[in-house]
Amino acid sequence: MDNQIELKNVAFSYENGEEKRDIIKNINLGIERGSFTVILGHNGSGKSTLAKLMNGLYKPTNADGTVLVDGIDTRDEKTEIEIRRKVGMVFQNPDNQLIASVVEEDVAFGPENLGLPPEKTRERVDEALKSVGMYEYRKSTPHHLSGGQKQRVAIAGIIAMRPECLILDEPTAMLDPKGRAEVMDIITRFNRDEKMTIVLITHFMEEAEFADRVLLLCDGEIIRDGTPGEIFSDIKTLKETGLDVPQSTELLYELKKSGIDVDTDAISVEEAAARIYAALHLEEK
Amino acid sequence: MLKDITFGQYYEGGSFIHRLDARTKIILLILNIVFLFLAGNYYSLALCSIFTAFVLTLSKVPARMFLKNIKTILPIIIFTSLLNLFYGTGGRVLFTLFWKLTVTTGGISRAVFITGRIVLLILISSLLTYTTTPNDITDAIESLLSFLRVFGLRGAVHVLAMMMTIALRFIPTLVEETEKIMNAQKARGADLENGKLLDKVKALIPILIPLLISSVRRAYELAEAMECRCYNGGVGRVRMKRLRFSLRDLIAAMGNALCCGGVIAFNILL
Repeated sequence: MDNQIELKNVAFSYENGEEKRDIIKNINLGIERGSFTVILGHNGSGKSTLAKLMNGLYKPTNADGTVLVDGIDTRDEKTEIEIRRKVGMVFQNPDNQLIASVVEEDVAFGPENLGLPPEKTRERVDEALKSVGMYEYRKSTPHHLSGGQKQRVAIAGIIAMRPECLILDEPTAMLDPKGRAEVMDIITRFNRDEKMTIVLITHFMEEAEFADRVLLLCDGEIIRDGTPGEIFSDIKTLKETGLDVPQSTELLYELKKSGIDVDTDAISVEEAAARIYAALHLEEK
Repeated sequence: MLKDITFGQYYEGGSFIHRLDARTKIILLILNIVFLFLAGNYYSLALCSIFTAFVLTLSKVPARMFLKNIKTILPIIIFTSLLNLFYGTGGRVLFTLFWKLTVTTGGISRAVFITGRIVLLILISSLLTYTTTPNDITDAIESLLSFLRVFGLRGAVHVLAMMMTIALRFIPTLVEETEKIMNAQKARGADLENGKLLDKVKALIPILIPLLISSVRRAYELAEAMECRCYNGGVGRVRMKRLRFSLRDLIAAMGNALCCGGVIAFNILL
């Protein structure tokens, strides 16, 4: 299997005086190239830390833990820039990621740091802005954009560096439903069309719908690993982890509990409707 | 309200002045200020006025924008001219107020002259911020200061420019945040408008502390985001936008040189 990112025996802990807090406990994980992985976890489950470990922003705190990006150890300071270029990262708050007061200048920040010639940077900026549908706004100031638009600009800023993998740390947490849909649409498109490896970290289960693989993170450990269908039919574990189960999934779960033979692996309302429809027809026969 | 505050007061347009290189504008502004102070008599000051009026018209920025600027510093103008009116000597004594405050023709002449100079100074300076975006000004300063590189201060120039860029970017964000905090404190019963000066200052503390804390948090997140975008202190960084001098800048420089030459000539000859 061709793994873009590989974590071996990775642990991470904070030391605050005498107190030691383990955030990540011994994780072994491979992220396959071109895959779409969703990491689900409630607040404080260590999901942001896990993301930052993946692009070398944080290093494992245990001696035998290693994180490999394309086979390169993230501990090596010389290859830091190379790793950051390969593994782009988008954060939760778009306001705290934008550096310049003109959209196109902000998107140019990454390529400029890579030392690309101005014409090349220009080309990449235009391309990146078009790919997130923000090209018309290239001269605007981020301050005048909506949250969803700002987050799209932030994504463009990463895309302009041409990463092979995109890690998104709760990119929709501060957005309204419209902005959330825009961002999710872009992410799924990059995965489908560009074969970009996507790691999406979230606590919205609905966003896991399009993933190939869902990981459930709880207190620094991966407690479940499977397809969205597999994970979502296990409502009991999800609830124990403290996650908000989508209403449609919960409805199916309750129906099943009260004796109706229905599949519980649906996430969206449409899917749930189809499952209920199928179950009703089965009973008639 | 607070949101309307903009740093610099860029007035969008596509005039000759707008399209000048920002570096040209900064250099010529400094040159103009120097020559405004060198202008020693009414003839050279008149020349400066004509030149300033010409440049202002060329910028196509509405006159009321400039008047607004003059209005805000009107108290300073009045104060300076009054001071000069009474301190100026020479010429006939027109009348004496109480004590030794005498008004002479020399004093009036001096007050008018100084007022003219200050007004021109403000007009020509506001032209820079009206016709140049803050970003362009930042880039121009970085470029103009790049000679410091010779003294091994390359890093310092870059850091300065980066700081200005980030400050400009975050002004509206922080203003918005301040408003939010103010509203939150008002909702909790804070009284920000009434009371003595000391009370008002004290009322600011519950606003400034949360603002400071959130700014530090923002700075931390921003630093991480910048690192993720391969920022390493500006080493090997190549800017996408390059400032370029054009024929336009040469014309502007020559026009300015003519005016400056005129000022010197008038100073000596008349």
